[in-house]
Amino acid sequence: MLRFIANRLLQTIPVLFLVATLTFFLVRLAPGGPFSAEKKVPAEILKNLEAHFGLDKPLYVQYAEYLGNLCKGDLGPSFKYSNWSVNELIAMSFPVSLELGCYAISIAMLIGITAGLIASLRANTITDHAPMSLAMLGICVPTFVMGPLLILIFGLTLGWFNASGWDSARDRVLPALTLGGYYAAYVARLTRGGMLEIMSQDFIRTARAKGADDRRVLLKHALKGGLLPVVAFLGPAIAGLVSGSFVIETVFQIPGLGRYFITSVFNRDYTLVVGTVLFYFALVVLLNLIVDILQVWLNPKLRFE
Amino acid sequence: MAESPAITTMPAAEPAEEGVSLWQDAWHRLARNRMAIGSAIVLAIMMILSFGAPLIAKQKYDEQNLQLGAVPPNAKYWLGTDYLGRDQFTRLLYGGRVSITVGLVATAVSLVIGVLYGAIAGYLGGKADTVMMRIVDALYSLPLALMVILLMVFAKDMGTNWEQFLLQKFEWKTRLGEYWNLILIFAAIGAVEWLTMARIVRAQVQALRKQEFIEAAFALGLRKRRIILRHLLPNVLGPVVVYSTLTVPAVMLLEAFLSFLGLGVQPPMSSWGLMINDGAQAMEEHPWLLIAPGTALAMTLFCLNFLGDGLRDALDVRASKD
Repeated sequence: MLRFIANRLLQTIPVLFLVATLTFFLVRLAPGGPFSAEKKVPAEILKNLEAHFGLDKPLYVQYAEYLGNLCKGDLGPSFKYSNWSVNELIAMSFPVSLELGCYAISIAMLIGITAGLIASLRANTITDHAPMSLAMLGICVPTFVMGPLLILIFGLTLGWFNASGWDSARDRVLPALTLGGYYAAYVARLTRGGMLEIMSQDFIRTARAKGADDRRVLLKHALKGGLLPVVAFLGPAIAGLVSGSFVIETVFQIPGLGRYFITSVFNRDYTLVVGTVLFYFALVVLLNLIVDILQVWLNPKLRFE
Repeated sequence: MAESPAITTMPAAEPAEEGVSLWQDAWHRLARNRMAIGSAIVLAIMMILSFGAPLIAKQKYDEQNLQLGAVPPNAKYWLGTDYLGRDQFTRLLYGGRVSITVGLVATAVSLVIGVLYGAIAGYLGGKADTVMMRIVDALYSLPLALMVILLMVFAKDMGTNWEQFLLQKFEWKTRLGEYWNLILIFAAIGAVEWLTMARIVRAQVQALRKQEFIEAAFALGLRKRRIILRHLLPNVLGPVVVYSTLTVPAVMLLEAFLSFLGLGVQPPMSSWGLMINDGAQAMEEHPWLLIAPGTALAMTLFCLNFLGDGLRDALDVRASKD
């Protein structure tokens, strides 16, 4: 197991190197620069600015310097937020995104698994069709439609929750629900499918034959296997949560990492773009490793592979 | 190929199986699924409306009426107008044309990449297959939306540059700059949405290779072309059709996501993602600007998903056993 983990972590290094290189050149060679967006800066000041950030050197020198600093864990200074380093910006904004992500995953699991279980217990009845139709609707209404709609209904019209910001609990309800609700729909469908498949297997019949009641069959025998598809979905879901957070943080004006990433792309804030992309990739790879370990733990069949 | 008497008896077994072909069988099952048929009809209507937009709409999609401004839905402007006085019904039709085109073309791109990649991996087997599928696994869990965003920014001006280059060097007048963003979206989305398709095709090809009827076809001395066309393809085609139908909504969602962030289709062109973005910004005073494109997008995705599920039930060999 330890070897597996070490192996996977080692595999990450070339991936991150590749991502760093690709991102670096993509954003550098993109039209526009960090100082071209605002009103024209006088030539001398522009020169000074470029010299200050090392932009006057040849690109390959900049690249080598960037990689050198990267090895020391330094992501460089931000071009747009003067006197802020990328490390500081990430350290400040990531906890916000993390909190949002945790709420979303919890909501997705709680609502999704419950709805999926209820649907699977009486398949093809009204208690199956109703939650599943709702789940289908949840999948088809994208977060960038659902978010503004929820703001319109619960924020602006009813005034129950706040429409933007990230200060009080009232601010957090709508973004968490928007992001979590979307994934709850997926989780519900996967739970239902997984449970239906498990419940038709022989060992469940054996358990019933040996006198286990419904409750025991469900909790003791079926649940662990039935949730395997849900756990397998966690990997792609984490990647999806990242891009979902771009939308949510933009719609609800939350000062999280996703919003910094989107603005940095528009601002051509070179170091911030590369830094956030690298951070996202490292994070996703790490979380996926945890999901994989969880999967092996839940499904003994995988241990031999 | 050697022909032994034992093999000559095999074709005789075939006629008993005949009667209803795979596709006829699937069609009958699909026709019984009311949700899927209903979805197909709604989609067909939407496509006719969208692609017939120049004939149906009374205005142009970028025609402004600044004096009018934003008015709620009424008899003249069925879905109201936006702050520039543009008719929302017209923009919805033209936007649908863009969104649906992106959905279809980008799916086709992902289909080509996915089927080729999956078929090669499944056909080669062994080490090559392991490496190829490990790459897919790795890509699957990465936030590729980040890369799509960077790609859209990176190649933003390339279309205009190339248009000028072609004009100056070869005096070849193109409209590359105008359509560049769309082309870029096709390529960028197609390049990230092929993973599931590759997995499915690879699994299918690998499973088929081991099946008796393929071995029998080989043993009968059928030509490779005939084996691929008559025996392999129909069996791969089912899942490919199903997952293509399910890829279209995913692609449309990604296009809307990009346009919503301001990275996809650029104004004054119209797309549902773009309209949702405009609507979300103005929803406090003019909620109809958000509700119409949001409903159109959600309805299309809903129908595509139901049609895909219906096709899966109708075509999936595993599900049709019981």
